[in-house]
Amino acid sequence: MDRETSRRAFLMGAAAGLGLGAVITVVPVHATPKEMEDAVRKVVGSARVTKGRVTLELPPLSENGNTVPLTVSIESPMTPADHVRAIHVFTELNPQPDVVSFRFGPRAGHARVSTRIRLANTQTVTAGGELSDGSCWAASAAVVVTLAACLEDA
Amino acid sequence: MKRALLVAAWLIIAAPALAAEIPLGERKSGYDLMGPDTRAMQDDDTANPGMLWVLDGEALWNSKAGAAGTACADCHGDARASMKGVAARYPAFDATLGRPVNLEQRINLCRVGHQQAAPLPYESRDLLALTAYLAEQSRGAAIEAGIDPQLEPFVAKGRELFMQRQGQLNLGCANCHDDNWDKRLAGSAITQAHPTGYPLYRLEWQSLGSLQRRLRSCISGIRAQAYDYGAPELVELELYLMSRARGMPIEAPAVRP
Amino acid sequence: MANALVNVPARARRGEIIEIKTLIQHEMETGYRVGTNGNMIPRDIITDFVCKYNGEEIFRADLFPAIAANPFFTFYTVATESGSISFEWIGDNGFTAAETATITVE
Repeated sequence: MDRETSRRAFLMGAAAGLGLGAVITVVPVHATPKEMEDAVRKVVGSARVTKGRVTLELPPLSENGNTVPLTVSIESPMTPADHVRAIHVFTELNPQPDVVSFRFGPRAGHARVSTRIRLANTQTVTAGGELSDGSCWAASAAVVVTLAACLEDA
Repeated sequence: MKRALLVAAWLIIAAPALAAEIPLGERKSGYDLMGPDTRAMQDDDTANPGMLWVLDGEALWNSKAGAAGTACADCHGDARASMKGVAARYPAFDATLGRPVNLEQRINLCRVGHQQAAPLPYESRDLLALTAYLAEQSRGAAIEAGIDPQLEPFVAKGRELFMQRQGQLNLGCANCHDDNWDKRLAGSAITQAHPTGYPLYRLEWQSLGSLQRRLRSCISGIRAQAYDYGAPELVELELYLMSRARGMPIEAPAVRP
Repeated sequence: MANALVNVPARARRGEIIEIKTLIQHEMETGYRVGTNGNMIPRDIITDFVCKYNGEEIFRADLFPAIAANPFFTFYTVATESGSISFEWIGDNGFTAAETATITVE
């Protein structure tokens, strides 16, 4: 059991002991950097992740966190012998760390994708790439996210 | 010739009242105040989410509705020809009602009156789709709403609503949109409030929405009670805003933060 | 079926790398929002996007709630032969959508 879960278990136990079990509920509002690390590990397995080779293009200040344009790419000849197999994108402070996984083959031409993502807070976005030779690379970029000035009533 | 004289006469009479408006040369659309990524989203029809609603609108234009079993196309033909420039002239004066109606209301008047179909609810997917489809036919057309002399008292009412201070923050639209445009409010630029792109895809809504939705959102934002959809005050405000933007090109469906 | 807009060049030279853009109408309800009744709105997103070129898969994306509403992707492929490029979207609650485009490769 990792630290976060054991801490939760302790709190719940203590709360139950005090008869407050129904009152205290620990609901995670966002993932933690550790959970993002776990998500990355789940995807790349035991391969060593080296910083570099991945280019992550994000606006430093987003106009709206609901739609943040993102382009991720890895320079590669994209031949059957040497190509990018996949690129994965993660965030550290969204409710869950996974954003998207892209899978390529030698027919892709460029290992480059643009999309639009949601960012719940100002945070760092990480992109990891898996190459056909089994190596894994990663890069990060920080984005500032502000709330809209006037929020609607429902 | 007579119409031109009428328009010229009206312009001379109205000129002092229009003096407070931003001069045509200084008018900037919200497009100019957005970042490059959002502008790119608007520019590309295959990347602009608003176009998804336009597709729906085209399908609705051609489908039969109501007890009369007619489609818009049955009377109006190809919208690309018949609806060109229409959105640039709205809100327009309706002779029967004796007051201005906006595009959404015109669509519903047609549905009820000619198709014998139920009116579409405000902000419903179908009404947004039809309005988007119509507005897109006017892309590039210069706004000419409010020229009709019959609309003068309603434009004046709209201006009054734009200027009046209201709500808990005691702000009037003019305080931000006439006096402080291009400054920033919580990370976003304050625009001049020209409705050149409606209905538009607002990133905050993650959906297409109408000008009335935006107005209600702003009015709630200054902590005032927003008028209901379809209220005469909102139509008058729309009319004033469109006449204040006269000469600027329609860019619907726009994308905004 | 939900509306989809795809942009594939109509013609290309053999071996040329072409850009493909896809946009599909979908709210991408995250499952993390609380509704007006106080309950969490259940997740309802597109989970998979697959692009095939004359039947062979050339691009795939696994989507999570952090993909913005009306998912948009721009990606690339090598124009190898004339034929059809197909797009398929699959999501929660049995959501499916499909679109095809034809390309002439000289």
